[in-house]
Amino acid sequence: MREMFATVAAAALSLSMSVTAKAQTVEIEYWQYFFKERVTAIDALIKTFEAANPGIKVKHTHFPYAQYQTKVAAAVPAGEGPDVVQLYYGWLEEYRKANLLAPLPKDQFDPAMVEKEFFPIVKAMKAEGSYWGLPTAVRSMALFYNKALMKEAGLDPSKPPATLDELIAQAGKIVKRDAAGNTLTAGYTMGPVGQDHHWWREILVRQFGGQAYSDDGKKVMYDQKGGAAGLQFYADIATKHKLTSYGFMDETQAAFKAGRAGFHIDGSFRIGTFQGVPNLDWAVAELPSHNGVKSNFASYWVNGVSSKSTGPKRDAAMKFMKHLTSDAAMQLWLKTTGELPAKPSVGLSAENKNDPVYGPFILGLAYSHTTEFVNEAKQRQIFLDMMDRVSLQKMPVADAIKIAAKEEQQLLDDHFKK
Amino acid sequence: MRAWYRSRTVGQKQAVWAWIFLALPLFFFCAIRLFPTSYTAYVSLTDWNLLRPKNYIGFANYLRLWNDPVFWQVFWNTFKYLAIGMPISLVLSFMVAYYLDQVRFLQGTIRALYFIPFLTTAAAMAWVWRWFYQPVPIGIFNLMLVDMGFSQQPFLRSTTQALGSILAPAIWAGLGFQVVIFLAGLRAIPETYYEAARIDGVGRWTILKEITLPLLRPTILFLVVVSSIGFLRIFDKVYNMTVDGKGGPLNTTRPLVLNIYQLAFTDYRMGYAAAQTMVLFVVLLAVTAIQLRALRSK
Amino acid sequence: MRLGFDPRRDPRKILIWTLVALGGIVMIMPFLFMISTSLKGRGEVYDLRLIPLAPTLENYAYLFRESRFLRWFLNSFAIASISTVSVLFFDSLAGYVLCKYKFKGRQVVFVAILSTLMIPTEMLVIPWYVMSKNLGWLNTYWGIMFPGMITGFGVFLMKQFFETVPDALIDAARIDGLSEFRIFWEVALPLVTPALSALAIFTFLGSWTAFLWPLIVTNSASNYTVPVGLASFSGEFSTEWNMIMTGAAVATIPTLVVFILLQKYIIRGVILSGVKG
Repeated sequence: MREMFATVAAAALSLSMSVTAKAQTVEIEYWQYFFKERVTAIDALIKTFEAANPGIKVKHTHFPYAQYQTKVAAAVPAGEGPDVVQLYYGWLEEYRKANLLAPLPKDQFDPAMVEKEFFPIVKAMKAEGSYWGLPTAVRSMALFYNKALMKEAGLDPSKPPATLDELIAQAGKIVKRDAAGNTLTAGYTMGPVGQDHHWWREILVRQFGGQAYSDDGKKVMYDQKGGAAGLQFYADIATKHKLTSYGFMDETQAAFKAGRAGFHIDGSFRIGTFQGVPNLDWAVAELPSHNGVKSNFASYWVNGVSSKSTGPKRDAAMKFMKHLTSDAAMQLWLKTTGELPAKPSVGLSAENKNDPVYGPFILGLAYSHTTEFVNEAKQRQIFLDMMDRVSLQKMPVADAIKIAAKEEQQLLDDHFKK
Repeated sequence: MRAWYRSRTVGQKQAVWAWIFLALPLFFFCAIRLFPTSYTAYVSLTDWNLLRPKNYIGFANYLRLWNDPVFWQVFWNTFKYLAIGMPISLVLSFMVAYYLDQVRFLQGTIRALYFIPFLTTAAAMAWVWRWFYQPVPIGIFNLMLVDMGFSQQPFLRSTTQALGSILAPAIWAGLGFQVVIFLAGLRAIPETYYEAARIDGVGRWTILKEITLPLLRPTILFLVVVSSIGFLRIFDKVYNMTVDGKGGPLNTTRPLVLNIYQLAFTDYRMGYAAAQTMVLFVVLLAVTAIQLRALRSK
Repeated sequence: MRLGFDPRRDPRKILIWTLVALGGIVMIMPFLFMISTSLKGRGEVYDLRLIPLAPTLENYAYLFRESRFLRWFLNSFAIASISTVSVLFFDSLAGYVLCKYKFKGRQVVFVAILSTLMIPTEMLVIPWYVMSKNLGWLNTYWGIMFPGMITGFGVFLMKQFFETVPDALIDAARIDGLSEFRIFWEVALPLVTPALSALAIFTFLGSWTAFLWPLIVTNSASNYTVPVGLASFSGEFSTEWNMIMTGAAVATIPTLVVFILLQKYIIRGVILSGVKG
């Protein structure tokens, strides 16, 4: 009996000791969406972080991309979910307003320092004097071109189009159609599934002399200058120049991937998709300029700290944030995922700038803009509807622009009213 | 207790047993379905945006819905799915089941062929269909049309053809389910009826009209109700076959449930989504009630 | 031999057979296309021919090597099996009661149960999520399957099929002194085997393909079901269609097995109801 008591006591003692040992270990949870390279990158970063901070464990959970937003929206307001969460920059405002995020403390993330170190596009993450989220990496756009198709058309693959006019001329040599006029090989890709709405919004509109939104992001301005001309240029690719048909091969990237398109504008995230494809001879150039204007679109995912995370968890979460936004993390992220570092000091190294694949994207970052979306999916849909009116209903561009501007202004008004 | 039970009439005893047997299912349905439904009804009277606390706003969501052209467009789309999809799928599946029932050689295999589409993941199948509808040089349908000397059709990229183009795979995928139910119904008709008819020398048509169809009434009622609910709740075919899952082009294929889903999870407008859900609920109840009444067994 | 035609003599039969079989082949074309895509490499996916140029099993190897597909498969299988057993029992019991018992409130109960089919799952997931959080069901098997343990669909199906069971049979059993439960279990239930098998197939399949709720309620890759796991191949900007097709092809196997195993009972039921009815 006594022995038994001793055993129980010993067991209880060791149990309570292990509990105190556990109490010193803080476990925080990190959420992102599933993308193989991102998962690998975060796992690697967690390893180095845990090695440097023995008292902290990070649990890494990821969800399918298409439903990530749904998942976060169901869990976070219910008080479930992560301490550190990855959000699309366009969602941050909603989460911040709903008190679901904690501001990054100024002593650790000094706003002045952030503004000095990061690309200016992250400014969108600042509110009430603090930053609410910071990215590890950013993305920009560039022109992908198929070298084999260029050669076939008698073009010099070392001289990709530098201006929109050159783009039209070169693509015109590449396009192939059958007797009935159906596209077989596209000169340039265009379709509803792709990045074209960004190209129009932040690049074409500016190149044709306007800007899509007012500087404070509250007014639609593409119905004034540049919008219609930009959209006309875009629509003409299919209708006037017949370089493709809108929606050729469903997804623009699929056409390029299958070797059925000469030129294709897309984001840096697409590099990995094309890299693994056998028999696809491709290269990248900076986006074509027009009227001497160069522009680019940058977007990013930010890491933020959930407001439900408190005490030691909050401290651990902030430490992890610091780690995720460190120079080393950015370089690792670039190597693993192909996404560009969020700080010029890391991104604009000579090595990165001269890289034949990343170089054009990194150079583009220097003159890039970010759209301050209030509801990215919806705003993208407004663009797609506008193009459908032009391409399916043969509505004049000017009228389609008017309808789109009205819808989008309504959306912005609804958002800023709150 | 026992004495009390013994003194009950036959009808009362039956009622006692009925409630005993139904107790657990009823509790389950109340907790898992009806309670959340009433919660949805409550949410429809608020401005809840999922992230922030809700405020009561009366019937503002319903008023908004009444004046929302997208809602009405989506509402009619939903009816189109029902009005075209339900009769076509029922007639087709009855014909297949009726003839399949008479086939002996390889019946199991053929039945499996019809059922396989129902077994496969919707997302994968929707993608295959999406590619079938592409223009030349890759879309099978258009390649066939061009080979036969017709001009290409835009299918999914058309405001007039897209709804039908989505309905086709929806009917295709559900056909196996309806065929199996019809087969089970046909099999449940006792052989003796047919034997009697045969002895009387009655023709095939008469047997079909006088015996098979009347005796299939419960099966038909079931399929009419269930497939109506299915078409009125159509979602994943449209979600998987249209650009970004938005029910385009220009909302011409967007059904009510997809609209509700988008409102709730990409716009976070839970209150408004709940109001549309309640409308859908009432419509479904009404449609079902009419069908139950019209097809009631005599 | 149901309608008394001899297939060897009746040319009409041959025509019917040919048409029905041809229809069946048309039905599975998209399915064959899916299998074919699963055998294509990355570069060939968008080349839409039915026979792959260079067929490869690499996608299948990748699926099992790089993802936790086997785990998802077992999760799905366990969940679908348990749900199916539960649904078969409770739905047929409730359907039987609603069909064969006369009592006050029957119509109301029936309509209430039917009305559960009319609220889209999309709107139920949020209340279910809150409920699961309060009850500690998040990220558990039970959490994934509880909404599907009893279904309005099945109650309705069984009720309709119990109508083919003659009341006289049940009354006779009552006179013989069988308990109410045994009448249901031993007399009525065996007569609706075709409907039960059909319900088993549909329930298994419904659980196997359920997507939105399992996605919302699970929090770790080890608890995913097959559809949730496969969704990971749909990326932010593009989808690995060859992997989706591969996963979908493998995912079809158990449902096909269940279908093949159970479909013969749809026939066997005939003999029973033929004899007793």
